[in-house]
Parts: sequence; structure tokens; C-alpha cells
Amino acid sequence: MKNTQALSLHVPEPQTRPGDEPDFTRLQLPAAGSVERPGISTPALQMRELAYGLIRVLDEEGRAIGPWNPRVDPETLRRGLKAMLLTRAFDDRMYRAQRQGKTSFYMKCTGEEAVACAQALVLTQEDMCFPTYRQQGLLITRGYPLATMMNQIYSNASDPIKGRQLPVMYSSKAFGFFTISGNLGTQYPQAVGWAMASAYKGDDKIAAAWIGDGATAEGDFHSALTFASVYRAPVILNIVNNQWAISSYHGIAGGDQTTFAARGIGYGLPALRVDGNDFLAVYAATEWAAERARANLGATVLELYTYRAAQHSTSDDPARYRPAEEAGGWPLGDPVLRLAAHLIGLGEWSNEQHAAYQQEAIALVRAAGKEAEAIGTLGQSRPEAATMFEDVYKDMDWRLLRQKREAGF
Amino acid sequence: MPAMNMIQALNSALDNMLEKDPNVLIFGEDVGFFGGVFRVTDGLQKKHGLTRCFDAPIAEGGIVGAAIGMGAYGLRPVVEIQFADYIYPAYDQLVSEAARLRYRSAADFTAPMTIRSPYGGGIFGGNTHSQSVEALFTHVAGLKTVIPSNPYDAKGLLIASIEDDDPVLFLEPKRIYNGPFDGHHEKPVSPWAGHPMSDVPAEHYTVPLGKAHTLREGKDLTVLAYGVMVHVALAAAQDSGIDAEVIDLRTLVPVDIEAIEASVKKTGRCVIVHEATRTSGFGAELSALVQEACFYHLEAPIERVTGWDTPYPHAFEWDYFPGPERVAKAMRRVMEG
Ligand SMILES: Cc1ncc(C[n+]2csc(CCOP(=O)(O)OP(=O)(O)O)c2C)c(N)n1
Ligand SMILES: [Mg+2]
Repeated sequence: MKNTQALSLHVPEPQTRPGDEPDFTRLQLPAAGSVERPGISTPALQMRELAYGLIRVLDEEGRAIGPWNPRVDPETLRRGLKAMLLTRAFDDRMYRAQRQGKTSFYMKCTGEEAVACAQALVLTQEDMCFPTYRQQGLLITRGYPLATMMNQIYSNASDPIKGRQLPVMYSSKAFGFFTISGNLGTQYPQAVGWAMASAYKGDDKIAAAWIGDGATAEGDFHSALTFASVYRAPVILNIVNNQWAISSYHGIAGGDQTTFAARGIGYGLPALRVDGNDFLAVYAATEWAAERARANLGATVLELYTYRAAQHSTSDDPARYRPAEEAGGWPLGDPVLRLAAHLIGLGEWSNEQHAAYQQEAIALVRAAGKEAEAIGTLGQSRPEAATMFEDVYKDMDWRLLRQKREAGF
Repeated sequence: MPAMNMIQALNSALDNMLEKDPNVLIFGEDVGFFGGVFRVTDGLQKKHGLTRCFDAPIAEGGIVGAAIGMGAYGLRPVVEIQFADYIYPAYDQLVSEAARLRYRSAADFTAPMTIRSPYGGGIFGGNTHSQSVEALFTHVAGLKTVIPSNPYDAKGLLIASIEDDDPVLFLEPKRIYNGPFDGHHEKPVSPWAGHPMSDVPAEHYTVPLGKAHTLREGKDLTVLAYGVMVHVALAAAQDSGIDAEVIDLRTLVPVDIEAIEASVKKTGRCVIVHEATRTSGFGAELSALVQEACFYHLEAPIERVTGWDTPYPHAFEWDYFPGPERVAKAMRRVMEG
């Protein structure tokens, strides 16, 4: 058959650009409580619709409803809320620190705090997290010292990774936090391999990985899903769909045609699409996926549907490519305010407590800042220079020994 | 002629080629509406249309693979890899495919294409925004590798690369996008305006591939350099008082062996500088070429000044970067040798 019609190349474009009114009317948002909760041993093929729905627990009034309500005790929820507030305060201060010339680079997770902060409460510290640069909430929720994070950001003499990495590329085995790579997507198959190793050894640990909507286009994402499916690896594969990848809207990663959760279906993996700004929904979905993994039922794909409210990084200016008011108009709201409203409704939190903890968080961050800055900001203080030749290999060979000498160390 | 910085010169080259040849199109991460994270494609989508300059998914293997398919169809795609540090997912498509199409099909299929990518350090980018990847590609038969050191060359070489019928890796030293940099990082940054090589014609012109440029004539020794290190070499000559002949290679593959040979035979001494790690770096190839062509003219061993054999450490940027002091030291040693 011969084609008689001239073809044309399709290049997707977002609905709105700077100067336009933000427009989210096309989003289909099912009501809270409307998505069914299957048992963890349900075959993936029988729950495909979960990849196209949206698991939501908190309704417009802040009540927790429906089968996905995780029924978490108020104390745990308060911990989560405080962790989110602390993460936000940390981000604000470090963003300013970069602007003040105290370091070279910073990345915030504003608007996405529920993702890491809720998930950190579900996973144990023995479970290994393979994060991107936007899951600082994992460390903060787990009580990693804020000053140590800052020492890394300042590449100063107390930086635990010796000034080698770009700011925010933390690493802490003790806190179950895998060393962050700047190369997108690479952590995804590694998390699967870690989970396979736990299964191989007959241990009870699971792994979790995070990737952005944009980076799902990388081959590593697809390799990871294949391996996870083939070897039924005990891993949670999170896709943080914050709508943007620097200046590229989610449609450039294929988000106009289908959901990101639906990627899992092609690999025969259960896939849940979750309101990422709903702390309880994130908690519940993660708990479900963790239970499956711990029951040796294999991997789950979670799409956490959220919005990148801040700039991509301190090197970015979103006013150049998206409507200025878009973040404020995000229909799924702010994760901090939504969880606070829920707790207030339960009588377990108040506006006064909220304001007081916001101040406390700022004070905690300020104190950590003092501690880190007393050691030094970028360029004022740094690890011993000779250490730049260490850890390339376990032992230095003659080349590095010679080069170290030539460098004068 | 308007003074242009390197970003403007590259933008002008792309603009000229989009204008001139409907088969030229541009894609890559964030290059469309936004105009690229370094602004090299700024305004091109608006001026030439959505399908001439557009955003790509974050999949470097996909970007290069798609460009090969387009090139084979008859287009001349120009793709951007956002940072050279992120080119590795495209390595298979470049090495096994782009570089091999012509040979394995006996020229039945070819894929003209240009892969642009910012590379090199000096911007506090840490290990994943600083790498110099050239040697991984100069080793590959079937690929050309081009590295400009100033705005005038950047535009002329980019146009020549796009018009070339073979795949060309076009590496852009990002430290000198906005101004020349001689390695004296403590000094204030100077802009390109006022530099003789910032006079860039607005219209189409080419700087031929495979031709080096002698930036400074000298009789004491020859310095072979490219990219940022050209400026460092000039500063080292100035600081040391040694009458060095500084050659900007401009193209690594195919390298201008005639220019190298003529210069080293004249001076009898040679220093090679690059920012990339030392072991199996392009300097090793240059050193071998000089030895083969000029052995009986050499009066001292050839020296290489390079980055150390470590990843690029964030806090130790200037201890890693082979600055003018290290180059001058090597020049003195070669003069004494
Ligand atoms: C392999 C690779 N390609 C490109 C980049 C440059 N880059 C860094 S972040 C980013 C956007 C990522 O977007 P997304 O995956 O959606 O994550 P988000 O930043 O939104 O959290 C890009 C293109 C990179 N770091 N690694
Ligand atoms: Mg994103």
C-alpha cells in the first residue's frame, strides 16, 4: 500500500508558556478514596487500571478516606510533617547560601517533600535507597545531621566525601543512602541488582530507587524494569513525575500519550499511580509495595504525581519556559499544607504548633549552618588536598604516586 | 564585524545552516523553546520553526541513534549532548553505528551528522560536569573530532562540521564560552569582546577541518594544544619568557600532521598539553606522532602536561586543572633537556 498523504513530523508542546495563564483543566483527577486496593498477591495483569488511576487518600476537607487510608498513628504523621517542614527550611537556607556565594550549586525539592519524607518512614534504615538529587528528604527524615549535609554542600574539611562531588550528591551507607550519581538513570538497574543480591543471600532487606519523569527515557530505566521483572527483585521503583525535566515538560518524555506508571505494565510489573502531594497516599502505596517486596512477590512501579515548584537548580530560571504562576495553581496543592490540615482536623495539630515548628525548623537549620560555616564554606576550607589522589583505586599505582608528588602533596 | 562570544558564534553558525539547508535540523535536551542550558540554540526554534530545533527525551543513545537514522535518510542533523559527561549512553550508537555505517555498507549508507557537546572543567561542575572525553572518540575509526578555541573558529569549524559528510564530534570548551581563560583563575574573567578572534562575520564561512592554526610563532619549542589549553599555553609562554611556538590543533581527527612536523622540526622540542586525564589521553597519540616524524630533530624528550589520572574533584578544581605554572615548568624542563 502506498501512502498518498504527506507526512508531517510531530513535536509535542506544553499547553502553556510564559505569559499564559496556567491551565490544568486537562488533568483528570479522580476523587480521593475512589481507587480500589487489591491484595498484594494479586497478579499484575489483574490490576492494570491502577497505572491509569490516581491513588488519593486525603479529600478536599483533609479527611483520610477510602481503602488506601494507611491508618497511620498521629505521632508518625507529626514526624512526617516535621520532616517535610525541616526539609523545606533546609532547602531555603541552602538555596540562599548558594546565592550568597557560599557554594557552587544547589537543588531544592520544594513541593515534592511528601515523596521522600513519607517513604523514609516506611522503609527501614537497612533497606537501601538509590535516590536522585531530589530525595534529600530521605536523609533529613532519618535524622542525618544537617551540618554534615552542609559540609558536603560546602566541600569543606568535614565533608564526608572529601570534596569530590558536586553539592547535594550525598552518600551514606549507614543511613541506607546510596552515593548519588550526576548521570541520570544509572541508579535504577543498580537498585535492582542490590535487591537481587539480598534475595540471593536470603536476607530480608529490600531496595528502593527514584527517577524523574524526564530520566525515564534513558535506557537504564528500561533495563531496570526488565531485570526487576525477570528476577522478581525485591525493589520499589519510584518515578517522581514532577511534570518538568529542566525546561522540558513531561510530554517530551512521552507523558502525553500515557502515564509513567503504565511503563510498568509492559514489563508485567504491578504499577500504581499515586498523588505525590498526598502524604498518606504516598505512605500507603509505598507500604503496599514494600509488603510485596518483603513477601518475595517482587518489584512494584510507583508513579508519584507531583509538581516541581522550585527551579530545577540554582543554574535554572523557569520563568523562561513556564507560566510564572503555574506552581501556585497546581491542583494537588502543597503536601505540607495538606498533611497539616489533616492533622488539624484530627485535633492532633494546630496552626500555632505549625507556626512554632516552622520557627523551630529554621532555628535547627540556622544552628547547623553555624556549625558548618565555622568549618568553612566552599573555598574557605577543604579536605586535605593530597586526598584527591585517594580512592581512585584501593591502592595507588605508580602513576598516581608520581602525580601526587608532582602536584606537591 | 560584530564581536561575538563563543555562544553567539555557535548560534550564528546554526542559524546560517538552518537558513541555508532545509535538511539541517537540531535537537537535544532543552535545546528547543528554552534554547539550551548554555543558550547556544537560543531563538532558533522561534525563528526557524518547531521541527527545525526541538527538545529531545533524556536519552543520549536515542538522540544519536535517531540522528543516524535521519542522516541515513538524507538529513544533516545537529544534535546536542547537554554535557560531554552524559555522552556515554550514546557510546554504542557512536562507536558501533555512526562510525561504521559507511564502512560496513561500502558507502551504501552514510550518516552525516554533528554531535555538539560542551566539555571540560573550570566551572566548579564537579566530576559529572567537567570531563574531557575526546580520547574516547579519537580512538574510533570513522569519527572526526573537532575542538575550537575561540569564537571565529567555533563558527567556521561548526559550519564545516555540519557540511562534512562524515559524523563529527564537536566538543565545545565551556570554560571559554563567555571569554578566553588562560588558567589564572584568581584573575577577573575577561570577555571575548576585544579579542581578535571575536570578530565574527554574521554570514556563512568555514574554517577547514584538519588544519591547525599557529597562534604564536616561536623558535625555542613547540606547544601542541587545543580548546582552553591553547590560552593556558599562551600564558605559559608569556610567563616563562620562553619563545614558544603555540599550535592550536583545532581538529584532533584528522590531525594536521604537516603543521606539527614542520614546527617540531624547526624548534626541536615539544610540549603537549591537555586537560583530560593522562593515561591513554590524546597527548599519547601526539607524542607518538612527533616521535615518529621528528625523532632525529628532537633535542629533548617530549613532555605531556595533563589532568591527573583521577576523576575531576569539586573542591580541588585548580589543583587538577593543568594551569600555566605547570605548563611553564614543563617548558623549562624541555628547554634544559
Ligand atoms: C545522562 C544524563 N543526561 C543529562 C543530564 C542533565 N540533566 C540533569 S537533570 C536533568 C533533568 C532531569 O529531569 P527529571 O528526570 O524529570 O528529574 P527532576 O530534575 O525533574 O527531578 C537533565 C537533563 C544528566 N544529568 N545525565
Ligand atoms: Mg522531572
